Amino acid sequence: MAALPAYLLDIQREIEAHGRAYGLDFWETSFEILDYRRMQEVAAFSGFPVRYPHWRFGMEFEHLNKSHIYGLSKIYEMVINNNPAYAYLLEGNSLVDQKMVIAHVLGHVDFFKNNYYFSKTNRKMIDGMANHATRVRRHIERLGLDKVESFIDSCLCLENLIDPMSPFIVRQAPERPDDHKAAEVTQELPRLRAKEYMETFINPPEYVQEQRRKMEKERDKPRKNPREPQRDVLLFLLQNAPLEGWERDILEIIRDEAYYFAPQRQTKVINEGWAAYWHSKIMTEKALKASEIIDYADHNAGVLASAPGQFNPYKVGVSLLRHIEERWDKGRFGKEWNECEDSEARRTWDKRLGLGRQKIFEVRKHYNDVTFLDEFFTEDFCRENQFFSFAHNERSGNYEIDSREFRKVKQKILFQLTNFGEPFILVEDANHENRGELLLVHRHEGTDLNEDHAHATLNAIERIWRRPVTLRTVLDGKAKMLRYDGKDHTDKPA
Amino acid sequence: MALRIDPDHGRFRDIVRGKIKQNLKKYISNGELIGRKGKDVVSIPLPQINVPRFRFGSKGDGGVGQGPGQVGDAVGKGEPGEEGTGKAGSDPGEHALEVELSLDELAQILGEELQLPRIIPKGKERLITEKDRYVGIRRTGPESLRHFKRTFRQALRRQVMSGSYDPKHPMIVPIREDKRYRSWKTTPLPQSNAVMIFIMDVSGSMGDEQKEIVRIESFWIDTWLRSQYKGLESRYIIHDAVAKEVDRDTFFRTRESGGTMISSAYKLAAKMIDSSFPPSEWNIYPFHFSDGDNWSVDDTTLCIDILKKDILPKVNLFCYGQVESPYGSGQFLKDLGDHFEEAESVIVSEIKNKEAIMESIRTFLGKGK
Repeated sequence: MAALPAYLLDIQREIEAHGRAYGLDFWETSFEILDYRRMQEVAAFSGFPVRYPHWRFGMEFEHLNKSHIYGLSKIYEMVINNNPAYAYLLEGNSLVDQKMVIAHVLGHVDFFKNNYYFSKTNRKMIDGMANHATRVRRHIERLGLDKVESFIDSCLCLENLIDPMSPFIVRQAPERPDDHKAAEVTQELPRLRAKEYMETFINPPEYVQEQRRKMEKERDKPRKNPREPQRDVLLFLLQNAPLEGWERDILEIIRDEAYYFAPQRQTKVINEGWAAYWHSKIMTEKALKASEIIDYADHNAGVLASAPGQFNPYKVGVSLLRHIEERWDKGRFGKEWNECEDSEARRTWDKRLGLGRQKIFEVRKHYNDVTFLDEFFTEDFCRENQFFSFAHNERSGNYEIDSREFRKVKQKILFQLTNFGEPFILVEDANHENRGELLLVHRHEGTDLNEDHAHATLNAIERIWRRPVTLRTVLDGKAKMLRYDGKDHTDKPA
Repeated sequence: MALRIDPDHGRFRDIVRGKIKQNLKKYISNGELIGRKGKDVVSIPLPQINVPRFRFGSKGDGGVGQGPGQVGDAVGKGEPGEEGTGKAGSDPGEHALEVELSLDELAQILGEELQLPRIIPKGKERLITEKDRYVGIRRTGPESLRHFKRTFRQALRRQVMSGSYDPKHPMIVPIREDKRYRSWKTTPLPQSNAVMIFIMDVSGSMGDEQKEIVRIESFWIDTWLRSQYKGLESRYIIHDAVAKEVDRDTFFRTRESGGTMISSAYKLAAKMIDSSFPPSEWNIYPFHFSDGDNWSVDDTTLCIDILKKDILPKVNLFCYGQVESPYGSGQFLKDLGDHFEEAESVIVSEIKNKEAIMESIRTFLGKGK
């Protein structure tokens, strides 16, 4: 661990002072300088110095290493959501780069600390990850690498089957022991009110009888597990699958880490936008020396560049934040603004409210990507920033711009961000067809699953559940039951 | 520098090797790899190795981008899909994976998969030479190897240290302890030389497809043998009714049309061996690929004669691969089989199509000679 040399430490303190003056609120951040190989290593571990042994980190490392060698990418900045925060600087970067990274990281740390979606994450995750690594290593020593690794492989297939909002909501009231009884007592036969002499006509005895039978049948029906379809598939498996001790431990670790990383995936655009906003603000208004301007501008442009067909979260995030700032500075919000249709009036609209800064601080506290874009991605913004949606053209084999229409563009953006652009999969029944089989449902919203992946994932779930697993989904417009019984895949129409 | 990720990385490389092994047949039978050959690495496109998940299928539904352009303008070929979602980095391994392997490594995988035995080069002991290189300095040695500069420097240093150096009268007198001599190291240089002589029939009946098969098979044989010998040479002969030596490029590209006189090629090969590759020093591997349609029975007899007298006694192995073509009779394979049933050093193999290449390589190289 190379401690930060004194001159960089001075710069860090200076930039932090600027940040505080703007109202940023961050944890103590400790920077470390790494050479590019260590940087790639840490990046492969998603920013952490230690992770449990698994080949996919090696794959990520190989990938980063190749991209570096071929000059395709360079890792500038990395920061961990932890208190105190840890961040890394690349050895050999120019001073102006290091300044920019420090300022950028400051933005991230402020975001980690204050954004609501991060509020439930483990702020001592550095230790957490190290503990996970130790636990997994212990299992490996006992059981051998192959066994443990292949189980981790299975668990990772399900890594995305969590419920990112569950830390904030109680999805299901805990079942109380007297729930059953209470239901019985309060249950009344539905009958229409009638005068006594009309009773047999309005509520004929046969009908009442039938209702009673139905109700009893309903009551005696075995209760479903889960009571309602459950999104946190990992939790469901932890509670219900026949796992051995070490397997449970590993599944728990995977789930823990998935929940830790979820907010970062939920806030990619707004988080990067926020950090980019602050690095450029601090750099251009305070920290830059005249001699550094050109280099800064060059690198900043690199970070914010977007190739056609690319959705650069830095760029979109920062422009949208600036757009919001301008709107609230000039009072371009509320009923009056929304209803104004005079384009000249809209163009020159300025009520000199100066609420912009306050508003973006609010946004950084309460929003995630979906809500951020849903609320603030306006038609004006879409047009000014030349957004378009593109699609694959079968005939030319190219991706082509298919629309600049605001509604379509926004729909597509939100679709990509909702549930990280991944399908919703829920556990519906742990005793499917009364055979102890697991039934999952894909909540189909217009896009089919990738079938090969779905099959392979079913294999992984079967490995954990140890009984046949079925997924109900829709393929090519037809409802399908994809089933894997440990040997063969079948797909029956549902 | 050791990294903490090294074990994970090694693990990943193992998995990659496993995948390549699994799909070796596919890689072997398509010529694509040869095109990807760099100096001594090949990069192999791997089928996905990433963790399967429930995810959406077609990427055909595109994404959102930014910038100028009309509706209908292309935004770039290929698949911007994953990048376009704005979550690059959160899902490692989305990208088509290209893995680089050195040819040695590839040969090793090939060897493991085909269970090819290691080749024991002949004449190994005899051919070891030694080479001396001056690599260092030591304190003792013959005066003829004295290193003047180092000796002088040492003496100067001693005099400065002991205070006997007078800058006004710089006089350096080395004593015995100051003397430095060059020292050398002897390195044994094993010389197992090998030469491959590829002979191809380019007569009218060999079509493009047949040549492609020859090309692929030669590449793999070449790769394997190179991993076994340092300094492998290859020579190329093409023949129809007459034979000539050509360079590698021509070998794979020529399209001639004419009759077929296999004996012409064998004569040339025998001559080549005699003039350049004395069998006491060289491991010699002729590979002959043809569709087996020789001009006449007489010529075939002549071929067998040359093989028996001039070629077989000198080579490690004589391999004949017969490519199936719609025109060839394929008689030559039978003739060879009849005459050399007993001969250990003649291997014949029939290559029906690309899928059979792997089996054919196994037949050729499986003996470890």
